[in-house]
Amino acid sequence: MKAFISCKVLDFPGGKVVFSPEMRFLSESPSVYSQCYRVLDDNGQLISHSNFVPVSEEVAVKMYSNMVTLQTLDTIFYEAQRQGRISFYVTSIGEEAINIASAAALTSDDIVFPQYREPGVLLWRGFTLQEFANQCFGNKADYGKGRQMPIHYGSNKLNYFTVASTIATQIPHAVGAAYSLKMDKKDACAVTYFGDGGTSEGDFHAAMNFAAVTESPVIFICRNNGWAISTPTSDQFRSDGIAVRGQAYGVRSIRVDGNDALAMYSAVHSARHMAVNEHRPILIEAVTYRVGHHSTSDDSTKYRPANEIEWWRMARDPVTRFRKWIEINGWWGSEAESQLRSSIRSQIAERAEKPPVNDLFTDVYDNIPSNLREQEKLLKETINRHPKDYPADVPI
Amino acid sequence: MLTPFQYLLSGIYLTRYILYSRHELLLFEALQEGLEEEMERDLRVCVMGEDVGHYGGSYKVTKGLAKKFGDLRVLDTPIAENSFTGMGIGAAMTGLRPVVEGMNMGFLLLAFNQISNNCGMLHYTSGGQFTIPIVIRGPGGVGRQLGAEHSQRLESYFQSIPGIQMVACSTPYNAKGLMKAAIRSENPVILFEHVLLYNLKERIPDEDYICNLEEAEMVRPGENVTILTYSRMRYHVMQAAKTLVNKGYDPEVIDIRSLKPFDLYTIGNSVKKTHRVLIVEECMRTGGIGASLIAAITENFNDYLDAPIMCLSSQDVPTPYAGTLEEVTVVQPAQIVTAVEQLCQ
Repeated sequence: MKAFISCKVLDFPGGKVVFSPEMRFLSESPSVYSQCYRVLDDNGQLISHSNFVPVSEEVAVKMYSNMVTLQTLDTIFYEAQRQGRISFYVTSIGEEAINIASAAALTSDDIVFPQYREPGVLLWRGFTLQEFANQCFGNKADYGKGRQMPIHYGSNKLNYFTVASTIATQIPHAVGAAYSLKMDKKDACAVTYFGDGGTSEGDFHAAMNFAAVTESPVIFICRNNGWAISTPTSDQFRSDGIAVRGQAYGVRSIRVDGNDALAMYSAVHSARHMAVNEHRPILIEAVTYRVGHHSTSDDSTKYRPANEIEWWRMARDPVTRFRKWIEINGWWGSEAESQLRSSIRSQIAERAEKPPVNDLFTDVYDNIPSNLREQEKLLKETINRHPKDYPADVPI
Repeated sequence: MLTPFQYLLSGIYLTRYILYSRHELLLFEALQEGLEEEMERDLRVCVMGEDVGHYGGSYKVTKGLAKKFGDLRVLDTPIAENSFTGMGIGAAMTGLRPVVEGMNMGFLLLAFNQISNNCGMLHYTSGGQFTIPIVIRGPGGVGRQLGAEHSQRLESYFQSIPGIQMVACSTPYNAKGLMKAAIRSENPVILFEHVLLYNLKERIPDEDYICNLEEAEMVRPGENVTILTYSRMRYHVMQAAKTLVNKGYDPEVIDIRSLKPFDLYTIGNSVKKTHRVLIVEECMRTGGIGASLIAAITENFNDYLDAPIMCLSSQDVPTPYAGTLEEVTVVQPAQIVTAVEQLCQ
């Protein structure tokens, strides 16, 4: 009754707010953590009354095959790094479902601004093992012309923008791309991926805010895998994860079990529909675990228990879970499995031609400016004068 | 030889040229006009930044554009320099040609990460797959008692970023021409404007023109000494030049305009003629444009020099607020006169 009497409205530039005589601070954390959307249980059984987007047999089998291929890809390059053949590598182990299921739910017109743990999106779109190898080994055939460290893939043809190492800088790029799509009235959205650590960057917060204000069709996919190199999420933020932040920025959001490929597919599929048709950003928090080390420069057993890693690797493996589901559906069996595993051979030519010295100076600008021409000339003169000091297999 | 008729005709054209085919405007209006013409010409050109919409920008460079082109193409962004620059980069990589306004150049230090790590690199690291035809522009330089953060010369910070082109405008004519050229360029271009030059008046041609982004401008041909300058210091130099001429000197004044890369052709020809170089800049002394110019000239034209290059720059201090202190932070015309006298001894 008291509250009713004092119920007057303050009309200020920010909107209409109701007065209250009660001094009540908003709680810093909810009493119950926000729920996680899940469709398949750990055994690949469909949870009853679950609400999901149907997947055809063809798509499901391709999703599974791609997840297995992604694992194989990781094994090949991880070993190549351990043997000293490439300088660096990052695996996606444990996050195969986020990679592949999200890619499967998008269309090829959707523009992807990745971080560095989403090569599965490229794989889904048709990037070949040799194309991955060309980038990691810095071959001449690499689309980046051997200019970026491994895993920093980019493909204009596949709408996958070249990875930058700087954390979260791709997030505002996605908003800019979405703004561009909106201006062109295109039936597509921008999609950006980042980790839990990336959400501490200013670019994440500003990009969320920008997307909300500009009503741009962009899907923010956060892979909350628990670790930013050695920093656990408890040292990264005190909020209930990421999804809850969406509301503060006016962005619709959902928390999903990132190890459930079917839930991930459904969430991204629905997010895409809302983003494109309603011109709005959507935030997806995919809860998962980084089963591998952060990168080949990291040994994660130094800061987290081995049995924790092992539990996620075995009991919560997203690939096995999805396999069980397609087996239950009768879409997959042991014969198909052995056929798939043996067909993914390492058909990778490592000792391919390296980029020529000319490639050092091109693409800094559209045309080589005078200062770079001068530097190129000097370098070539030096190489010609002291050929022994330079590798013989690099074309000048 | 012209026939009398042709002579008369050319006279008419000349008169028309002088009387009719030019219009007078202020420098900020010239920038606005350039921007507006490019937005009319190319639907991909858009503007983003803080208060660039109905407000028209803090120095009115985007005045009237939101009304004409709509608030999607002239986008008011929330305050986050790094992220709206990032947004511009994303839009540029997907087909637009954004012109990003930094409300004040000093604030663009907040966007340094996007400008250097992303804008300057992605074209290269993608192997040329993605281009970033963006213009980043805004008011900079030492104004009238605006304090340290509002008085920055960021060209010294930005000059070593590979992949970025930099130009500084100094007259309504070149402001418009450089703006239009920057928008048409496939490269990321930073266009430096000076807070104290926005109200300069000039009659500029009605017809469409652009300026070369990599070309210096001969302001005053001369014989004794080459004075290289840009932006507002051009006017301090010209003021000093009057005194110098009265004293019997004949200085050659060049507005280098392109801060990256330098137009070493024009600069070199001048050095070969005068054999003496004075650089006058508003940039800070350490690691500034002048320091880079000295390196470029000594490397390329050392044999032509009769005296060591002299460089007058601002003091290496944050620009103070108090007028008296501010004045002695930047180069004054009297110093330029003294330096030339010393050089030509």
